[in-house]
Parts: sequence; structure tokens; C-alpha cells
Amino acid sequence: MIDFINFYLFPGLAIGSVYALGAVGISMIFGILRFAHFAHGDLMTVGTYGVLAAAGIIAINPLLLVPFGMALAIVVALLVDKVFYQPLRTLPTIYTVISSFGVALIFRSLVQMFWGSQNQVFNSGGVRPPLVLFDTFRISVLHVQAVLATACIAVALHFFLSRTRTGRSMRAVSDDPELAEVSGLDTEKVVRWTWIIGAALAAIAGLFVAMDTSAHPNLGWNLLMPMFAAAILGGIGKPMGAMAGGYIIGLAEELSSYHWIGNEALISPSYKTAVAFVVMIALLIVRPQGLFKGRLL
Amino acid sequence: MELTGLFFYLVSILIAGGIYALLCLALNIQWGMGGLFNAGIAGFFAVGAYTSAILTTEMSTKHLGGFGMPVVVGLIGAGVLAGLMGWAVARICVRLKSDYLAMASIGIAEIMRLVIVNESWATNGSLGLAGIPRPFGEFVSGRSADLVFLAYVWAVVLIVYLVAMRLYDSPWGRSLRAIRDNEVSADAAGKNIEKFRVQTFVIGCAFMGVAGGLSAHYFRFLSPSATDPLLVTFLTWVMLMAGGSGNNRGAIVGGLGIWTLWSVTEIFVNRLPPEWVTRSSYIRMLLVGLLLQFVLQKFRAGIIPEKSPPIRFRE
Repeated sequence: MIDFINFYLFPGLAIGSVYALGAVGISMIFGILRFAHFAHGDLMTVGTYGVLAAAGIIAINPLLLVPFGMALAIVVALLVDKVFYQPLRTLPTIYTVISSFGVALIFRSLVQMFWGSQNQVFNSGGVRPPLVLFDTFRISVLHVQAVLATACIAVALHFFLSRTRTGRSMRAVSDDPELAEVSGLDTEKVVRWTWIIGAALAAIAGLFVAMDTSAHPNLGWNLLMPMFAAAILGGIGKPMGAMAGGYIIGLAEELSSYHWIGNEALISPSYKTAVAFVVMIALLIVRPQGLFKGRLL
Repeated sequence: MELTGLFFYLVSILIAGGIYALLCLALNIQWGMGGLFNAGIAGFFAVGAYTSAILTTEMSTKHLGGFGMPVVVGLIGAGVLAGLMGWAVARICVRLKSDYLAMASIGIAEIMRLVIVNESWATNGSLGLAGIPRPFGEFVSGRSADLVFLAYVWAVVLIVYLVAMRLYDSPWGRSLRAIRDNEVSADAAGKNIEKFRVQTFVIGCAFMGVAGGLSAHYFRFLSPSATDPLLVTFLTWVMLMAGGSGNNRGAIVGGLGIWTLWSVTEIFVNRLPPEWVTRSSYIRMLLVGLLLQFVLQKFRAGIIPEKSPPIRFRE
């Protein structure tokens, strides 16, 4: 039981936070710009390497350097939107999907060109001992930080979307772009904010993964599948739903390799990624609008 | 010596180019005619490659196989299995927006990669399958075998091309283009959109499987790295877009043309100073990515644009 909590439940929550942060961006982009952003995983990688570059110069805890990664990801995302996605906006959205597929490759080859393709470990001042609670629960400090950070971001995002003018116009565009346009909302501003939020959260998520394991150019691409699954699970255009979806997918992946029956893992850990895919397929068959009544585009 | 070397270099380009031309023809059926986005080409390619390899190799203790069947049977098996997989994906996703099909197909490709690496009883894991026969391998050997294989590949390309042309200029193809261009009016005209789309996707996937099978027979050895998801999927998309989506001749021209460019830049890049050689493969990738963006924005029709078949009246 203790093993279950220490080795499956907490890591599941930690990876769930990462998926949640990534899925929010995917869900918002899908809801507002109406296309599945295939370069989101690689945008995460770009943000992570931004932090890595800063960490090479400034020797403090990499978590404090996350603004550098966020800034890099935001600049790159806005630039890519301007140069590659905007010219295609009048065409059917599938062209933008193809374009984003190409952008994913561009991101990855740039990362490989500048930083090489080997694994890079963050130097965060040696191995930190896990937190021990009640002498039984052992939790990695990083996992706690990831979950707490995600919770704070969720609250902040909720207030942003429901209380501020920009946030409310974002929801309006997501619900009905034409109506929002004729009501005089600045759709370009909304698009800009979508990229800013999506890219910033992607950079944070990427940093947590990279610090938990290591940074490598395929880091984000490997997370793309579960993030899509989380975004669909939460319902497209529902940021809070995407958060919940992220945690569900993260827990499902980790708990599926627990030895529920007998001593064997229920599903071999090497098939973890497949769990997210199976959840996504099952959902597309039964309830494609997601658990929280998202839109079906 | 120099000339024969050059000649066989050309042969190798033509063989691989033919395999890519086949992939482009298959993708053209899905995207060019049906407007379906398949982001998991590598997955169907890999299924085809492994199916054909397992069906045709000799008995081995390291992996599933030992059927020792002729290459043609292997290729048919590759097409059938890849088609079945495509059918399963399409059944679930075609009724949704095309983005969902893209996500599901990319997921299938990732899972196929996992299965191939992990299920070593069938695929020998990352060590790969060796001793895959070539067609007519018992009659010819050495370098002339490459020539025979070249003819074999292009014979398959010709067959698929004829099939694709027939599909294109048929009531079925016309309905498909109608659905692609205006779903609502096609629906109003009584076309079963879902059925047409599933059929298109399955036919395309089956041909992708055949292309995978051919590549396995060409290299005679197959390991998970041979079906790298990015390169195969991505290059095929760029080829079709540049060649002209919707046009079968454009698909072949794009496949062969971009492959030639890709191979020739490799020679060029290998002459660069050593510290640049390691980075050069990334630069090539970057350039291909930029090429796709350029084609999407400025050159969407491709080298040979789509042309509707003429309407003919019976005398």
C-alpha cells in the first residue's frame, strides 16, 4: 500500500501536472485557433532548452530560471504564428495542422543544431533527499513543486479567464469566433494571448520533465500523445477540463503498471504511452466531446 | 570504375525514390483525393515492412517467421495487414474533424514503434530481422540483383499508378473529390461520406504497407530504426505537397524529385568540415521543414497541379 502511494500515486500526480500544463495550451489553441497544434510538444522542448541555456550561465536552482524558458517559448511561438500560421488562416484549418507538423520538425532540428542531440542533465546542486512524511511517505521535492505550481497556475488561469477583459474575450472567441468578431472583440489580441499562455505553460511543463529525468530533443514530442489525450478528455476549449484530463491521463499511465492482480504489472511499463492512446481512442468512440462537455469541432 | 559506381548510385536512388513514389501515391489517395490527414505513415510502413519480412524469411529461433513464402505473398500480406489497421483507425475517426484522425494516426505510429521494440519474440527487438530475401534472389546475385529489384519496384509503382488513375477517373473518385471539396452538398446528393472516407483511408494504408514491404526486401535487414517515424512520414508529406497533391503523376515526380535532392545533399554535406558533418543532418531536416512551409504558403498546387479528368460522353 505504501509502495503504491510512493511509487505510483505521487509520480502519477507529478506527470499528470506536466500533462495538465501542456494540455491547457493545446486545448486553448484548438478552441480558439481551431487546429490541433502538433508542434506543442516541441515548443515545450524549446522552452526547456531556454532554461538549460540560462542555467549554464547563472548557477542557481533551475526552477528560478523558468522565466527565461517562458520568454524564449513565447517569442518563438508568436514568431511562428506570425510567419507560418497566420498566412494559412483563411484556408481550411487542416493546412495549419500540416504546417504545425513541419514546425515541430523545425523546432527539433534547431534544438539539435544548437545544443546537440545527447541527454543533458540539469545541475540542481546534487541529489536532493525526498520529503519524508509520517516516516512512511517519501515524495520527491520536485514532484511536490510540480503539483503545487500547477495548482497555483490553475487558480490564476481561472481568475484570468473569468475576471479579466482579455480572458473573457478569449472565452467568447472560443465559443463563437464570428459573433466575437462582429461584437468588436480584438481577435488578433486574443490569438496573441492564447500563444503567450500556451507557450509559457509549455515551458514550465517541459522544465519539470527535464529536471525529473533529463533534457533531450525528443522530450516534448514523446509527451505530445498523452497531452492530446488529456485535451480531448477534458473537452476542447475547456482549460480546466484539460487540467483534469492531464491528471487523469497521468494517473492512468502510472497506475496501469501497478501490480493490481498478482505480482505482475498489469500493463508492462514500456507500454505506458499506449495507455494514453487507448483512453483517447475509447473516448473518441464513446464521448468525443470529452468528459466536461467541451465542443466537438 | 568511376562510371559504374555512378551508375549504381543512380540505381540506388531510383530504388529508394520508387519506394517513396509509392508512399506518395498512397498518400495522394488519402489526402489528394479524400482530404484525409494521415500523420502516421511510418506506422503503416513499419507494419508492412515487418509483415512482409516475417512472411518471407527462413526459419529462425530469434523471431517469429520461417514461413519462407515468396516475396509477392509477403507484399500482399503487408498490404492486407496495413489496410486492416487503417480500417480500425478510420472507423473510429473519420466522422470527426480531420485533426482527430491526425492525432489517432500519429498515436498508431508511436504504438507500432513500441510494439516493434518490445515484442522481441516476433521482431527480435532492436536487433532486427536479417536475411530477408529479394524477389528472384535465387537467380541473380551481386550487383545485377539491384537492377532486377529496380525493375521490380517500378513495376509495383506502375501497377499502383494504374490503380490510382483508375480510381481517380471513376464515379468513386468523383464522389470522393466532391466530398473533399464540399461535404454538405455531397451529403445532400446522397453520398455516404463515412463509407467513402473509410475506403479511401484503407486503400491508402494498404499501399503504404506494400511500400514498407518493398523497403524491407531492398535492405534485406530490418530494425526499428529503419522505420523512423519522422523521416518517413515527414518526407512523404513534403514530397506530395511539392509534387502536386491530387495529381498521381505529381505524386511520383515529387517522390522521386525530393528523394534525389535529399540524397544528393547528403554527398555535398559530407564534404563539409568534420565539425559540421554531425550537425548537417539537422540542417537538412531544418531545410525540409522550411521547404514544407514554403510550399504550403506559395506553391500549394505543386509542380504538376491537380487536373480533373475530362468528361467523356458515350458515342
